[in-house]
Amino acid sequence: MDIKLKIWRQKDAADKGKFETYDLKEVSPEMSFLEMMDYLNSKLISEGKEPVAFDHDCREGICGSCGIYINGRPHGPERGTTTCELRMRFFKNNETIVVEPWRSRAFPVIKDLIVDRTSLDEIIKAGGFISVDTGSAKDANCIPIPKNNSDKAFDAAVCVGCGACVAACKNSSAMLFVAAKVAQMGLLPQGKVEASIRVQKMVEKMDELGFGFCSNILACEYDCPKHVSSEFIAKMNRDFFSSKVCKQKVI
Amino acid sequence: MKEKNLTNKKLVVSSLSRKYIMAAAGLFLMLFLVMHLATNLLLIIGDEGKTFDKAVDFLTKNPIIKIMEYVLFAGFIIHIIIGLMLELYNYKARPVKYKAPMRSEVSPFSKYMIHSGIIIFIFLVLHLFHFFFIKLGYVDLPETAEHGKDFFNMAIVTFGNPLYSGIYLISFLFLGFHLKHAFQSAFQTYGLYHNRYNKFIKIIATIYALAIAIGFSIIPVYFLFFYNA
Repeated sequence: MDIKLKIWRQKDAADKGKFETYDLKEVSPEMSFLEMMDYLNSKLISEGKEPVAFDHDCREGICGSCGIYINGRPHGPERGTTTCELRMRFFKNNETIVVEPWRSRAFPVIKDLIVDRTSLDEIIKAGGFISVDTGSAKDANCIPIPKNNSDKAFDAAVCVGCGACVAACKNSSAMLFVAAKVAQMGLLPQGKVEASIRVQKMVEKMDELGFGFCSNILACEYDCPKHVSSEFIAKMNRDFFSSKVCKQKVI
Repeated sequence: MKEKNLTNKKLVVSSLSRKYIMAAAGLFLMLFLVMHLATNLLLIIGDEGKTFDKAVDFLTKNPIIKIMEYVLFAGFIIHIIIGLMLELYNYKARPVKYKAPMRSEVSPFSKYMIHSGIIIFIFLVLHLFHFFFIKLGYVDLPETAEHGKDFFNMAIVTFGNPLYSGIYLISFLFLGFHLKHAFQSAFQTYGLYHNRYNKFIKIIATIYALAIAIGFSIIPVYFLFFYNA
């Protein structure tokens, strides 16, 4: 298949950036989107041009490194798929594909399609951990955990921290990411002890970093490659409210 | 360098707390709309406004209602100011916009809250001018031979004007859009989410939004097409 790519090119954070158009012929429909980008880059290199910079690592949808805004949606047109898992067969022959980096004040562009997602790490650093050493892995069922809780905690823990929720949100809000991390810990006994303080610290950090405010549009849930539910946002709203009402102080 | 460029000042009132306040004000306004509609529907029961006038008389003289008027104003102001602040903040959260149109499938009601909100605000100003300022004595009531100066007469005169009735109907269409998202959004904001009840909340939101929009729209339609003095 032949495609036309409109790709955002930006030398560095200070550069204004602009779109460049590339015609790519004989693209295999079985290629992943990133393999197609590799193919484009090999062509650019052979022509003596600068290749397009993009983030990637595992290429099997579990690391959260890749993240490209494709045709108006983070990770492209297929739901529940990261950019690395997206196949070219989801595009039409001769289609123009618009490729942009995540856009958010909290995610400044480093180069081309690579953005700095340190803000998400900063939120984790603010409270996304358990303060005490819980030791090495315990025997299974040594700590009794209701099945429902462990299932829900796992549903939240599937978040790979790619930032697609921020990219998809009209307001550039990180609520789904923060909510998933808050729930993943708060639902389990080891994390429950600090749950109230954690939610306050993580929300405070999220606000500080310049992410937008959630207005319950739920584009995050729709475009999350891991199908993290907006139920966790509601849970975080609930947890934050009760932590404020109970006046649990942030240490 | 990153810290300097990105980090905002610590927010005195967190994003979530602002939303709780905005939702609380919104829920109060939603309750008010029900009461307002119930009173307004007395206009069209066919007794030439007698019951309506009694209701107006009761509402204007009741001291609790007097206090609630101030609460209502506060509710509007808080809801509008926080809404605008959030919108401005959110606008700034994405300084460089996407070039391709955003294609995530979301409810159109939720995406255009600020737009429907602004239309409702414009209507509110017009509405205050027409009804509330009269009550305060800033604007005089129109007078006709049959009814003299009263609010029923005011409804006949204003709704008899197709332009005003048109604006009224369009505004309530947008109010319906606004309420559809507002109702279910308030539940999400307070964390009231449950797989079993979410569908029910959405149905109630739709029924509420339709009831308010249609309920208020019946009144100008009645005066414009069906009322004979």
